[in-house]
Amino acid sequence: MIVLHKTGGVQWAGMMLALLLAVAVGGTGDLPFSAVAAILVTGLIFLAPRGQINWLVIAAMAAGIGISALALLPFAQSTLLFWAMVLAVWLGAWLLVASIAESPRLPGLPGRAQSLLAPLGFGATLLWLWEITVRALDVPRVILPAPSLIWDRLIRSTDILWIDFVQTFVKGALSGYAIGVGAALVFALLVDRSDFLRRGLLPVGNFLAALPIIGTAPIMVMWFGFDWPSKAAVVVAMVFFPMLVNTVQGLAATDAMQRDLMRTYSASWTQSLLKLRLPAAMPFIFNGLKIASTLALIGAIVAEFFGSPTRGMGFRISTEVGRLQLDMVWAEIAVAALAGSLFYGILALAERGVTFWHPSQRKR
Amino acid sequence: MRNLAPVLTVTAVLIAIWYAAVIPMNQQWAQDQARRAGQDLSFTALVADTMSQQRPRLPAPHQVAAELWNSTVVEELTGRRGIVNTGSLSNRSLVYHGWVTLSATLLGFAIGSVLGISLAIGIVHNRAMDASIMPWAIASQTIPILAIAPMIIVVLNAVGITGLVPKAIISTYLSFFPVVVGMVKGLRAPDHMQLDLMKTYYASGTQVLAKLRLPSSMPYLFASLKVAIAAALVGAIVAELPTGAVAGLGARLLSGSYYGQTVQIWSALFAAAILAAGMVALISLIQRATLKRMGMAT
Repeated sequence: MIVLHKTGGVQWAGMMLALLLAVAVGGTGDLPFSAVAAILVTGLIFLAPRGQINWLVIAAMAAGIGISALALLPFAQSTLLFWAMVLAVWLGAWLLVASIAESPRLPGLPGRAQSLLAPLGFGATLLWLWEITVRALDVPRVILPAPSLIWDRLIRSTDILWIDFVQTFVKGALSGYAIGVGAALVFALLVDRSDFLRRGLLPVGNFLAALPIIGTAPIMVMWFGFDWPSKAAVVVAMVFFPMLVNTVQGLAATDAMQRDLMRTYSASWTQSLLKLRLPAAMPFIFNGLKIASTLALIGAIVAEFFGSPTRGMGFRISTEVGRLQLDMVWAEIAVAALAGSLFYGILALAERGVTFWHPSQRKR
Repeated sequence: MRNLAPVLTVTAVLIAIWYAAVIPMNQQWAQDQARRAGQDLSFTALVADTMSQQRPRLPAPHQVAAELWNSTVVEELTGRRGIVNTGSLSNRSLVYHGWVTLSATLLGFAIGSVLGISLAIGIVHNRAMDASIMPWAIASQTIPILAIAPMIIVVLNAVGITGLVPKAIISTYLSFFPVVVGMVKGLRAPDHMQLDLMKTYYASGTQVLAKLRLPSSMPYLFASLKVAIAAALVGAIVAELPTGAVAGLGARLLSGSYYGQTVQIWSALFAAAILAAGMVALISLIQRATLKRMGMAT
């Protein structure tokens, strides 16, 4: 009973019950012995008293769950016995993630890596559940391909994926992003010089930023042709207003006391802009940059649905859906997600470097 | 009301720029027509022509307004298939298409906000969920769901789920994220002093949630609901693109782009804008009323 009060105690109990059920239903006859043994050992390790060896325990549990999960893969079938085992492994993985989340943070670099462990474990569990469900239920490939198939396709068609990536991300999204963000920054500086303009533009800009600007994609394709300039134009239209609103708000974020101080220094407009207001606006500007980064990729891909040359991620997705080659579609999605996450991650890193003084960046 | 004059000025300037842009955008076609007819086009004739083309590259604001009026009020009141003559909405009117989009948006928004709020409550109360789900919620938004919406629609169609639900799923996906982020922030808004007070009252987790955390998260909730409903509308519109242009504002956009009906595209776009603005305004109203009753109005 004491176990139940520990973190993850409920999951542990569920795991053991599922294991019992599996053994009771069919023994270990149809299943690999290693899977059952590994999950049992994991459950026993969890009961071990924790002290300094906390990380050793977690590593051992991870190894046990990993072995059991991999051993189950080739035996995928839709029987009660099998699902009970899947349930046990899933609860075990949950237990592991909970244990990692509860462990005290290590100082230094390992501490930072540690905060990645829990989400990685969660992601791996999801991928494994996806793979095993698709295999066990025999889901047709035209509805949902297994992750292994997608990975296979990703490796085999890197050249096509690279061409699409360059066409959509580098040419369409990045160029549009640069133009849109740059224009918004310059425009925000102009607007900032007049209070009247600012009071007028902020509500209008906020309104326009909430509109479904993606709908201008067919118009842009009509104006700028099928190739990447039309995609860049859609991206410019999408990122401009969120960026403008954020920058204008950021430039107004300094308080009267700070501006007065600059005045007593007899600082010129440029000086107070560079030394006070731009730095103070940086958290807002980065917020806008991050919002715009996700919008840019979406805009570039969706714009390709309205007409594109025979390359590009949006083009590939829409044609491969038509040919029911869903593994290719998922490979494109994986590339898009990876590119989007990297883009976002780079911006977040830059933000941490530039706005290190802001409360939201302090260590918790 | 202090902002009224500046806002009106900015809007007027935007419309003026629009009108000014209409002339160079459309003059090519006007001049071609004139050359073919062997006429010389004076400037006034050119302006008059660019403002009233059938299929302009950029329609003038009054053309869009007229199309909006014709395809809503006029179509329903006097049209052969309008509501007055048949008792049901005409499938040529933007009221019908707008309603199709709106219903998917609202369903998706409702599911998305309930999901978002429950996820946020889980994240605030459970460390394992906080550590494992939050990064994936962020990562999930870097997947361009709008881009894969067509595939989701087609696949769901293949398994026999059609109509409102697939569109609502896309809307849900787009709208849950702002709610999660806003509500996590809001549920964590009470400071230590307040939480300690609840502790001295021997309040359980549920009681803290109901009496302290939820009330203090209301401003955050409404701010994120506004973002979420705009996102849900975008989701519903894009989700309509691959269904073969049957119904909805997205379908109007697509069919307009197939047949080069620019005025139709622009009027659908403006109908979407009006819907978005209306829903955001509605949430603002509810927000003001709620916060006032709770004594939190600023």
